[in-house]
Amino acid sequence: MQFFLQQCLIGITNGALVALVALGYTMVYGIIRLINFAHGDLIMLGACLALTLVSAFGLAGGGMVTTWCGVVLLVLLCGLFCGGLNVAVDRIVYRPLRNAPKLAPLVSAIGVSFIFMNIGLFWLGPADRSFPELLPAANLLAGDGLQFTAKDLLVLVVVIPLMVALSLLVKSTRLGKAMRAVSQDPTAAALVGIDVDRVIAFTFFVGGFLGGAASVIYGLYINTISFQMGFQNGLYAFTAAVLGGIGSIPGAVVGGLVIGLVRSLSSAYVGERWTGAIVFVILIVILVFRPEGLLGRGTKEKV
Amino acid sequence: MVGWKYTSWALAACLLGAVGCRPADPTLVKIVSSLPRTGSAKQQSDTLVRGIRMAIEEAEGRVGPFRLEYLDLDDSTAAAGQWTSEAEAANARRALQDPDVVAYIGTFNSGAAKVSMPILNLGDLLMVSPANTAVGLTKPGLGAPGEPGVYRPTGRLNYVRVVPADDLQGPLSADWAKNRGIKRVSILDDNEVYGKGIADLFDERCREIGIEVLGHDSIDAKAQEFKSLMASIKAANPDLVYFGGTTQSKGGQLAKDMVSAGITALFMVPDGCREQVFIDSAGAANLEGRCFVTFGGLPPEKLTGKGSEFVERYRRKYGELPEAYAVYGYEAACVALRAIREAGTKDRRAITDKALAIRDFDGALGRWGFDSNGDTSMRTLTVSGVKDGAFRFEEILDAGDEVVAP
Repeated sequence: MQFFLQQCLIGITNGALVALVALGYTMVYGIIRLINFAHGDLIMLGACLALTLVSAFGLAGGGMVTTWCGVVLLVLLCGLFCGGLNVAVDRIVYRPLRNAPKLAPLVSAIGVSFIFMNIGLFWLGPADRSFPELLPAANLLAGDGLQFTAKDLLVLVVVIPLMVALSLLVKSTRLGKAMRAVSQDPTAAALVGIDVDRVIAFTFFVGGFLGGAASVIYGLYINTISFQMGFQNGLYAFTAAVLGGIGSIPGAVVGGLVIGLVRSLSSAYVGERWTGAIVFVILIVILVFRPEGLLGRGTKEKV
Repeated sequence: MVGWKYTSWALAACLLGAVGCRPADPTLVKIVSSLPRTGSAKQQSDTLVRGIRMAIEEAEGRVGPFRLEYLDLDDSTAAAGQWTSEAEAANARRALQDPDVVAYIGTFNSGAAKVSMPILNLGDLLMVSPANTAVGLTKPGLGAPGEPGVYRPTGRLNYVRVVPADDLQGPLSADWAKNRGIKRVSILDDNEVYGKGIADLFDERCREIGIEVLGHDSIDAKAQEFKSLMASIKAANPDLVYFGGTTQSKGGQLAKDMVSAGITALFMVPDGCREQVFIDSAGAANLEGRCFVTFGGLPPEKLTGKGSEFVERYRRKYGELPEAYAVYGYEAACVALRAIREAGTKDRRAITDKALAIRDFDGALGRWGFDSNGDTSMRTLTVSGVKDGAFRFEEILDAGDEVVAP
């Protein structure tokens, strides 16, 4: 039982991280029906910046308070960086293709992904890089039963508020209303006076910001980054978005958690080497019976 | 994908080169090496290439009646971060098509050797590996079905290696664990030729000598973290975790996740992880005092005779102690040079036969010879620990003498 709980805990923590990345896919898809393949590599660049900042300011040696303040600052800086980069890519690459056939922006997204990957290769070098362990590895729970460290806690305390803030933003602000309007019908939204390009740019910024936050968490939680990490991360996050129903925000969260849990439980009860296969078998089975994804239909508000 | 593109260009260029081929130069022989020159194995291959260059410099650019040239080829791509089959195959074809090339030093990774061995075998080109340890490459009956015949399409041998194979390293690691009082082990491997091969041998030996194997699982070397896996291992509560794999197949990440899962067991890895990059990627603190690495031979500071002279010359020339593999690069080059000198001709088959016939080689590694499979008669291995962020010699494992096949 305790073993099962431990695996669930790991699954939920991993899943929360996947969900945070998946939100970036699902938001962009929701608003302009584009699968932004560059999102995973955007996160890789965020992790590069995080590592550069951590090394430059020598955060690794600080005390408890310095470390946590540093982490918050890192999340903000990398979030702004990735958000800004995402907006720039939208302005330069995707906006000119807004009325082009669907395949044109899709292929451009793959191109941007390769450009990012090569920038990352230049930035980090070809080998895996170790991300400093800023947070203590000591167990927060008493006894030697369940293992729950500051790193696991960090993932949850950053990811959950961000998700709550995002749903509030989309549900209860004017901008959120505009986003929902653009998502449903861009032409009608423009007719009622919404600046569609600005709303789309804002969506890219929010998706990028969440990605930037995810990159810092990733570095602190996994402790290894490489220029190739974007691909694997992107793949799982994209899968999570599709699983939950792409375009749906709660769907991305549910999809992320399901993937995290499936991975950890299949590692525990089937075998580590099968985890990847099992995740995708489940994806296929769910899509056969619910092509719109787990929460795809029930949610009207798509962003 | 990028890597594949580059290598296919390289391949195309190489084929074009072959079309416009100039006639062989009767006074020139070339030795090529094919090693991972980019990515995280670069540090090891740098030191290997320095060893090879020193052997060539000592020959003063001549061997027998020939002038000597050396070509340093890369079997990795920056995009892959490690060796790729495409790059290795391109190197092998390039060497084969250049009539002046008479010896091929490589590869570093056993998986890469599987790619180039059958290609080079077709041209009887001598291949000397300074680092391959997978058993199936040479030893009948120990590897996968069909090995090593599949690497020898002509039926003749052209491959030798100067480093002991894993049929020593795997079992001796298990013996070492037993001597240290280890009773329960969990085994992991990376599902590659080298990693899975050595983990299987370790596994087998553990069962023979009465160490309980709690589990043997393969990891996906592309996965990013192994927290669930480590939670399972923690629940099994082993005294030692063995990983058959390399730095490139996530040895470092396993060590990290092991520590953060709260596992206090020892961690043991084979020579594929015996490089500074492994310590850097795992974080020195995660390995300190708990990680042990086996290596097929002696570390530089324990070499004697010609070996210690080599280490001294290396230190004078490059201002630092060589990494563990440098002397193997040197020895591999010396084997190739001796074979060319004795053959006295550019005939590839003659040179290969001279190398295979070496039974008594007095080199930097000591006195040794090749057996009928092209394997070295050296049977010494060492175990190192990690101390203050660097490898530190622990002890010599000796497999005892075995009669060299005539």
